[in-house]
Amino acid sequence: MSQGKALQAKGAFASLQYRKTRDRIIELVLLAAGMVAVFTTMAIVFILFYESSFFFEHVSVKDFITDTMWTPLFADARYGIMPLVAGTLTVTGVAVLVAIPVGTIIAIYLSEFAPHQLRESVKPILELLGAVPTVVYGYFALLMVTPLLQKIWPDLPGFNMLSAGLVIGLMIVPYVASVSEDAMRAVPKYMREGSYAMGATKLQTALRVVVPGAFSGLAAAYILGISRAVGETMVVAIAAGMMANLTFNPTEPAATITAYIVQVSLGDLPHDSIGYQSIFAAGLVLMLMTLVLNVIGFFLTRKFREAY
Amino acid sequence: MAATAHLTLEEIRKGLSWRKQLDKVFIAVGLAFLFGCLAILAILFFDLVRDGSSRFGWDFFTSFPSRKAENAGILSAAVGTMLIMVVTALVALPVGVAAAIYLEEYAPKNWFTGIIEINVTNLAGVPSIIYGLLALGLFVYQFNFGQSVLTAGLTLALLILPIVIVATRESLRAVPKAIREAAYGLGATRWEVTKDHVLPYSTGGILTGLILGLSRAIGETAPIITIGALSFIAFLPPSPVTGEFPFLNFEWLMSEFTAMPIQMFNWVSRPDQAFQANAAAAGAILLGMTLAMNAVAIWIRYRFRKKISW
Repeated sequence: MSQGKALQAKGAFASLQYRKTRDRIIELVLLAAGMVAVFTTMAIVFILFYESSFFFEHVSVKDFITDTMWTPLFADARYGIMPLVAGTLTVTGVAVLVAIPVGTIIAIYLSEFAPHQLRESVKPILELLGAVPTVVYGYFALLMVTPLLQKIWPDLPGFNMLSAGLVIGLMIVPYVASVSEDAMRAVPKYMREGSYAMGATKLQTALRVVVPGAFSGLAAAYILGISRAVGETMVVAIAAGMMANLTFNPTEPAATITAYIVQVSLGDLPHDSIGYQSIFAAGLVLMLMTLVLNVIGFFLTRKFREAY
Repeated sequence: MAATAHLTLEEIRKGLSWRKQLDKVFIAVGLAFLFGCLAILAILFFDLVRDGSSRFGWDFFTSFPSRKAENAGILSAAVGTMLIMVVTALVALPVGVAAAIYLEEYAPKNWFTGIIEINVTNLAGVPSIIYGLLALGLFVYQFNFGQSVLTAGLTLALLILPIVIVATRESLRAVPKAIREAAYGLGATRWEVTKDHVLPYSTGGILTGLILGLSRAIGETAPIITIGALSFIAFLPPSPVTGEFPFLNFEWLMSEFTAMPIQMFNWVSRPDQAFQANAAAAGAILLGMTLAMNAVAIWIRYRFRKKISW
């Protein structure tokens, strides 16, 4: 209605001019919103490099990489990132050993065997596993999984990387399963039909035709799962203890990069202390690890989307 | 060829029935894993409710944190979480929807758009604690927002931005081209087409994305610990609504806060057994809220899908 009146008042030509200008302004506003994503990435990179530059004024990069002790909060401070990286890799390893087999089998089942109705109703529920707050998973790992494991191994310490890794594995099952399933559903039907025509059963078709056909997608799913596990924080902070410990034995307590950042944040170190600045250096290492994984995952997913 | 020639009909039948058995075994394993995972989710929820059952009561919701487990409650944490969610939603919704509209309806296909898209995908994979470090360096130290509700809300808004953008793009893409072309044919500009025709049809998808994003934000602990949120807050932020003109008050934005997941983390990491019941009760509420938000999102998606037929 109001547009009709505007047309009479200004004439169609002026109105079109006005609407075109308005469109141009709105487009710029929308573009600015899109740029927020770019600025966020740039800000992350800038902040991590800028804040950790103070840290690297005091600690040489060589010590940071080669020293085997990480004790920035002690009187005898040592700054070797290796123990934290070892803890991160161990927890991730345990998580991956759970998530990849379980996630892949669920994905094969849902994509190749499950009736349509079951798949549609179960998938959203399965995805809830990835929606549970991580602090709740931490509670689960510390107060339910660890006591259960201690019944099997009485020597297991109350804080250990094993139960944290197992729970993180459970947490990333839906990510692995859902990306894997997408990849397998993208394998064209005629490839399965060719296999059935040769007398193969569903399982043979799934394992020898669909899985190899979806390989790059499966790899992407695994890498995205690994990257989740690497960055997971609360489960390890609660259940794995917060002592840096250079070990690959999952039954020991240890800190990961993320757990260390939480530990320092909970304390009351002043901003200009090296201990505080060390969390940005640790964060930089964490970001580089996940960045590499995400870039590989990004190109692999693109590959399987284009493959057929 | 040579191998099959030697097989008798008997042997082929035997091999086939063996392979069919294997199929059944795999189905059993697949179902076991699938329902095993779902069972763990159920056990987790019921365990939290059971362990925390002694704490559920009016006092738990109306008390501040305390040194004594039986007196401690979640009042400041629940209010903090609500205020943070308001900021997060108010920032993430407009920015995320606008970015999605740009990428889906306006952006030319060139390297520059490609960069924005890669950034959105990449941000979705950045660990949440990195957002915490970003907020610490940017909002707390550079902008001097302090360890406030505003800082936490902005941090979580950035965190869920990719979720909102991806969900909005998907629902924009689902609107058929014919609807846009009909509107263009009547002389509408691009913005008029988007605002009057495309957006109304995608409301369901956008809402779903926002709720899923908020359900992620409500449970995020690491980034708000990193910006330095405290767990012992025995006061409430100033009320956003006042009795005098102009009836709104923005002091709460700069107030210190605590939030549900931080409160739970604080209780779970105390050695004292009594606090673990508190942690379980807080966890059950947190998990209940997350599951409820997800259920609402699924329901909205289902409703809108059913209502619209092109």
